[in-house]
Amino acid sequence: MNPLKTFTTVTILLLTASGAAHAGTTLDAIKKNGFIKCGVSDGLPGFSFAEKGNYNGIDVDVCRAVAAAVFGDPTKIKFTPLTAKERLTALQSGEIDVLSRNTTWTSSRDSAQGLNFTGVTYYDGQGFLVNKKLGIKSAKQLDGATVCVQAGTTTELNLSDYFRTNKMKLTPITYDKSDESAKSLEAGRCDVLTSDQSQLYAQRIKLAKPDEYIVLPEVISKEPLGPVVRHGDDDWFDIVKWTLFVMVNAEELGVNSKNVEEMKKSTNPDVKRLLGVEGDKGKDFGLANDWMAVVIKQVGNYGEIFERNVGQGSPLKIQRGLNALWNQGGLQYAPPVR
Amino acid sequence: MAEHAPAPVKPPFWNDPWIRAILFQAIALVVTIAFGLYIFDNTQANLRRLGIASGFDFLSSPSGFDIIQSLIPYSATSSYGRVFWVALLNTLLVSALGIVLATLLGFVIGIARLSKNWLISRLALVYIETFRNIPLLLQIFFWYFAVLRAMPAPRQSLNLGDMVFLNIRGLYLPAPEFQTGFGWVLAAFGITVVLTVLLARWARRRQRATGRQFPIFSIALALLLGLPLLTFWLAGSPLVWQIPELQGFNFRGGWVIIPEMASLLLALTIYTATFIAEIVRAGIQAVSHGQTEASLSLGLTSSLTLRLIILPQALRVIIPPLTNQYLNLTKNSSLAAAIGYPDLVSAFAGTVLNQTGQAIECIAITMAVYLTISLLISLMMNWYNRRVALVER
Repeated sequence: MNPLKTFTTVTILLLTASGAAHAGTTLDAIKKNGFIKCGVSDGLPGFSFAEKGNYNGIDVDVCRAVAAAVFGDPTKIKFTPLTAKERLTALQSGEIDVLSRNTTWTSSRDSAQGLNFTGVTYYDGQGFLVNKKLGIKSAKQLDGATVCVQAGTTTELNLSDYFRTNKMKLTPITYDKSDESAKSLEAGRCDVLTSDQSQLYAQRIKLAKPDEYIVLPEVISKEPLGPVVRHGDDDWFDIVKWTLFVMVNAEELGVNSKNVEEMKKSTNPDVKRLLGVEGDKGKDFGLANDWMAVVIKQVGNYGEIFERNVGQGSPLKIQRGLNALWNQGGLQYAPPVR
Repeated sequence: MAEHAPAPVKPPFWNDPWIRAILFQAIALVVTIAFGLYIFDNTQANLRRLGIASGFDFLSSPSGFDIIQSLIPYSATSSYGRVFWVALLNTLLVSALGIVLATLLGFVIGIARLSKNWLISRLALVYIETFRNIPLLLQIFFWYFAVLRAMPAPRQSLNLGDMVFLNIRGLYLPAPEFQTGFGWVLAAFGITVVLTVLLARWARRRQRATGRQFPIFSIALALLLGLPLLTFWLAGSPLVWQIPELQGFNFRGGWVIIPEMASLLLALTIYTATFIAEIVRAGIQAVSHGQTEASLSLGLTSSLTLRLIILPQALRVIIPPLTNQYLNLTKNSSLAAAIGYPDLVSAFAGTVLNQTGQAIECIAITMAVYLTISLLISLMMNWYNRRVALVER
């Protein structure tokens, strides 16, 4: 390995300084640019999907909320569609300010890869999508199957783990784009498509004959999906983190985009603090004092963005399940605004 | 008589062209090194600031993912370093096969392009102009998503004599399994190769000396096939074929050529062959027509003329641009990432980079490897070029 090492060291010298020093803080740069650079998926209905030149989805709404928090205007965003393989490097190198692209929170991404997950927008788990014709009822019957999977994902690793623990033979085909996986499943190049369950439902809608495919009951992993920022800028990290918490708290307190103005008259001190009527909790973030109210008004609370994009108000019709509020049997829980 | 010229006035040292030259070189060197160090240091500092791991330790940690095609034993418990070798071998495999096939096809098409038969030369022209002018990536997609997707499902495989099966998952071939005693056959083959080379040399010397020809081709062929086959029979046929068998979802056993590799290879071959064909045509046309006429008037047949007079001279023109095409083909093989063939760019600079987050190291290694492969190909081709180059006396 030694000659190679020397060689590569030399090559590194030739590389331009990747991620050249960022001048000032992320927030300063964003304010100077006048927009937030947000990395989203390259096409996943419900999460981020471009339709008629407009991005829609729960991941997109998280970015919109951050823009509303910073600028008071949810449209001040530049979206960058990224494949699973590109996304983390794009964030590390400063090409985007925040990555909101159904990305799983893991220890190595938090540590070795120099990233910070700001919370969980969607509690997910990995599943399998198969053609009904195969007559498969359980993932345990997949011995010897050819599986399509997206390159550079946690899914790819879980897949290998699952087949290894169950002593099954695996033939994986890894594509950069989820569309290619879906096309391959339809053509029969692979027997199974594996991904986070939410994505499987989204992918299924895009198939020519969605009814011919089923999602197997097994969920083989924990996939907490959430927005990500770079290590090393705590102020920016706090803003993105609390934008999500604000939306969850708003749902818990019954504040939504329609009633936010009325709620400002509420006597509940929690609501008053959230909406910036009482105290200066908003200012502590270096933003306008009422930024939380603006986020709720312009984008909505967590329940609203969930239902609108992936829940009952969308073609996906996904149940709240794990993503219900903590006091309704789910896992969504936000620290208090205080 | 000896009149001393006035002693030349020694110019100040900064006006001495020799010293100046050295000085400027030294300054340039120092600036370059300083710039390099600055970039290196800057990168290191930024990586530390962002809390991103650096270094090459990750190469020994387990990868945790599977790869569809591997020429060496590999599993999800192997290391990232192992992934590198698997990916490198996959790149080399598709490049080497592509170079051989593209050369064969290119020479045939190039010569066909010059054929006196109107239909053949027009067909060659249409082939060249079509495939040369369609982007390579598009051709890869064409083969992968259009042509090879039309293959039947595993259960409806096209079956050739219960040995070879073709379906959407690939072409399944019987794999040879060597039993004890096969070493003798290999040894016999080695011996015959040496024998053939010696025989060919002797035949050439004899022809130079006496002008008498020796039927070297047929005798060499007989030797090369005969002796190993005889040993094979004597050793008790130490070879069995493992036939692929349909089990559950897929065929198991035997060798499989996956469609990802097939479409990449097809596209690379067909695309590069068009350029090689034009290079071959140019090379042949560069040989003066007088040579052909002289050769024909000496009584050589036209095929002998092509083989003994034209091609050796044409090769001198052909080799340097041909080297370029080989380099292009190797580098173009990195388009594999688009269709999921696990080559160096897809599996190493893609998946490994993403799972470890060590972009600089992975890209640096990948760049170094492509540089090395390209330089090696150039070296080999330059060596061959020197051998066939015109020796001026």
